[in-house]
Amino acid sequence: MKKIFLWIVSLGALAVAIVVLWPAYYGNPSVETSVPVADSTAQIARGRYLAQVSDCMACHTARGGTPFAGGRAIKTAYGTFVTPNITPDVGTGLGSWSTDDFWRAMHLGRSRDGHPLYPVFPYTDYTHITRADADAIYAYLRSIPAASAPSQPHALHFPYDQRWLMYAWQRVYFTPGVYQPNPQQSEAWNRGAYLVNGAGHCGACHTSRNAMGSALSKSALAGGFLVAQDWYAPALDQTPSASRSAAASELATLLRTGTSARHSVYGPMSEVVFGSLQYLTNEDALAIADYLHSLPQSEPPPAPADMAKVSGQYTGELMQRGAQLYHNDCAACHQINGAGVRHIYPALGANASVLAPSPVNAIRMVLNGGFAPATALNPRPFGMPPFSPSYSDSDVAAVVTYMRQSWGNDASAVAPQDVARFRSAPVD
Amino acid sequence: MTTMQARIVHKVMGRLRWTTRVLGLVLAVAVRPALAAAPAQIPDTIEQRLKTCTVCHGAHGRAGNDGYYPSIGGKPGAYLYHQLVNFRDGRRHYPTMVYLTSNLTDAYLHEIADYFAAQNLAIERTEAPTVGPEVLARGEQLVRNGDPGRKVPACVACHDSSLGGVLPATPGLVGLPHDYLFAQLANWRSGARKALPPDCMAEITKRLAPDDLRAVAVWLSLQHASPDARPAAKLEQVPPMECGSTTP
Repeated sequence: MKKIFLWIVSLGALAVAIVVLWPAYYGNPSVETSVPVADSTAQIARGRYLAQVSDCMACHTARGGTPFAGGRAIKTAYGTFVTPNITPDVGTGLGSWSTDDFWRAMHLGRSRDGHPLYPVFPYTDYTHITRADADAIYAYLRSIPAASAPSQPHALHFPYDQRWLMYAWQRVYFTPGVYQPNPQQSEAWNRGAYLVNGAGHCGACHTSRNAMGSALSKSALAGGFLVAQDWYAPALDQTPSASRSAAASELATLLRTGTSARHSVYGPMSEVVFGSLQYLTNEDALAIADYLHSLPQSEPPPAPADMAKVSGQYTGELMQRGAQLYHNDCAACHQINGAGVRHIYPALGANASVLAPSPVNAIRMVLNGGFAPATALNPRPFGMPPFSPSYSDSDVAAVVTYMRQSWGNDASAVAPQDVARFRSAPVD
Repeated sequence: MTTMQARIVHKVMGRLRWTTRVLGLVLAVAVRPALAAAPAQIPDTIEQRLKTCTVCHGAHGRAGNDGYYPSIGGKPGAYLYHQLVNFRDGRRHYPTMVYLTSNLTDAYLHEIADYFAAQNLAIERTEAPTVGPEVLARGEQLVRNGDPGRKVPACVACHDSSLGGVLPATPGLVGLPHDYLFAQLANWRSGARKALPPDCMAEITKRLAPDDLRAVAVWLSLQHASPDARPAAKLEQVPPMECGSTTP
C-alpha cells in the first residue's frame, strides 16, 4: 500500500515537472534535416543492414506472422505491449509517415501525432542514430511489402496506461541526442560505441532499470533482469582475461555465429543473434567487441532480494547430490572439469551466466535445454536436452548449486523453491 | 568457397542426407577450421546434435514409457517437418517444443525431420484408461467407418487401412500414448492445435463430441504397432477431405 502511495506521489510530482520544465526542445521537432540521397538503392541496402542490426523485425513481427506487420505481445513489469505494424501500409502501417515523422519517433520518441511513445520502443538508444542512418532505415521500411494489420491495444497496468504521464517521463529520463564520436578513441571504437548504444540497443536488456523503467546510467551494461521474461542479461562490461584482440575476435565470433570457443548464446540472446547479430559485418562485430572490452566496470545491479537463503549444511547436501547428477548427466558434454568442448558445448567455469547474481539462466537452461541459433556460419547447431521432465526441483537446485560452486566458481547456492518458480516461466 | 556459395550448395543438397553430411564436413574444414578442432570424443553427427530431442522422444525417436511424448521415429518426413514449423510459427503451442524450435531454419528443421523419419516406428507400450466395451466399439467404429450422420470420415480413409500413415505427410496413428492422442484431438477441437489450412482435423474434431474423441484415443492407443511398419507409399482411395497439412 505504502509503495502505491509513493508511486502516486512521485507520478504527481512528475506531472508538475512537465508544466514547470516544459522544454523548448520539443517545440523544435526536427533538429536535423533530411539530406537527399543520390543512390536510393544503396540507401535501401544500408537501411536494411541497419534495420537488421536494430532488430526491428524481432519485436515488430508476431510468431509466424508477416515480417514487420507487428502484433507481437511484449510482457513487461508494466503490462503487455503489442507492437504496431511498421510496413508501408497506408491505413495500418507507416504508409502515411514522412521521413520527418519517422525521425521524430526514432530521435524524440514521439508518434506522428506528437504523443510520446513508451520506451519499450527503445528510442532512448535509437536517439543516438544519425539522421542519415535513420533515413536509410526509413527508406528500407518503405521498400518492403505493405501488409494490412491494425494495431492492437496494449494491456498495461494502472498508472502506466496513462500515456500523458510519458510527457513527464521523457522530460525526466530522456535526453535526445545523436552519438558524438570521442576524438580520443579510434574510428573502430567509435563505431562500436555507436552500434552498442544506438541501433544495437544492447542496454535495453543488459542495463538494469530503476522503478520507473529508466536505464541506470551508473550500471550501464553491468547486467539486467528481464523481469517479466524471467531471464538475466549478463554484464557486458567484464574485462577479458585474454588479450584484447583475442577476446574481441572470440566475442565477434559469438555475435555472428551464436557460438564461440567457450560460449554459446541461448534464451533471448539466441533470438537476437538469429534475427540480428548474425548479419553483422566482421568489422562491425569486432568494433562492438572492442568497445565492450574497453568499458570500465560499472556498478553491478543488486542481487535479487527474493531468493531463498540456503544454510551451509544444506549447501553441502546440494553439492554432494549435484556432483553425482553432474557426473551422470552433464559431464559427457560439459566435461568433468566444466571446460566444455570448444565451439560445441559451452564452458561452465568462469561463465558469466552461471555466476550471475540471479541463478535464473542456469536454472532455466537445466529445465529447458535449448539449441544455439541456426546461423549462416553455424547452420546445424548442437543442442542441450531439457531436464524438466526427469529432474525434480531439488535435483535442479543441486546441479545448479554444484555448477555455481565448482571449478573456481563462487556464487550463491540455490534452493529448490527458487527452481519451482521458473518451471512455468514463459518460453517466448 | 564463399559462405554464400556454401549456403546455396547446402540448400541444393538438402534432401540427400549423406551427401550433405559429407559435404558439411568438408565445408566445416574449409570454411571454419576452428570448428574442426573439437576433441574427438564428441562425434560430429546429427545424432549428437539431436540429443536435445531424444531425451523425451527416445533414442531414434522412440517414445519413452512415461505416458505422453509421441513416437516420432518412422513418421513421414513431411509430417514431422510440418509439426516442427508449426511449433516455431505459432500453430502448435507445447512450450518446450516452441522454445526449442524458435531460432532454427527451415533447412535444419528439414534435416531433423528427415533424420527421425528414417528411423524405425517401434515404440514402447503405454497405459490407457480402462473403459467399457461400448466405448471401445464406438472408437473402433469411428476409426474404421467414421460417422456419416455427422459428416465425419473414417480415420482409415486418410491414415491408411493399416493406420500406419501415408507418405509424404500423413502420420500413423498407432503406437502413440493415449494421453498424447487425446490431447491432440481435444486441442484441435478447441483451436489450440492448428495445421496449415484447410485444417481438416480441426473441422473433423469439431463435428465430434468430446466422448467420441476419448473413444477414438483409447481404441487407437490399444492397437499394436509393428516394429518395421512404414507409412504407405500412397493413399489407395481419393481422400474424403482436402487437407493443407498433406502437402510435401
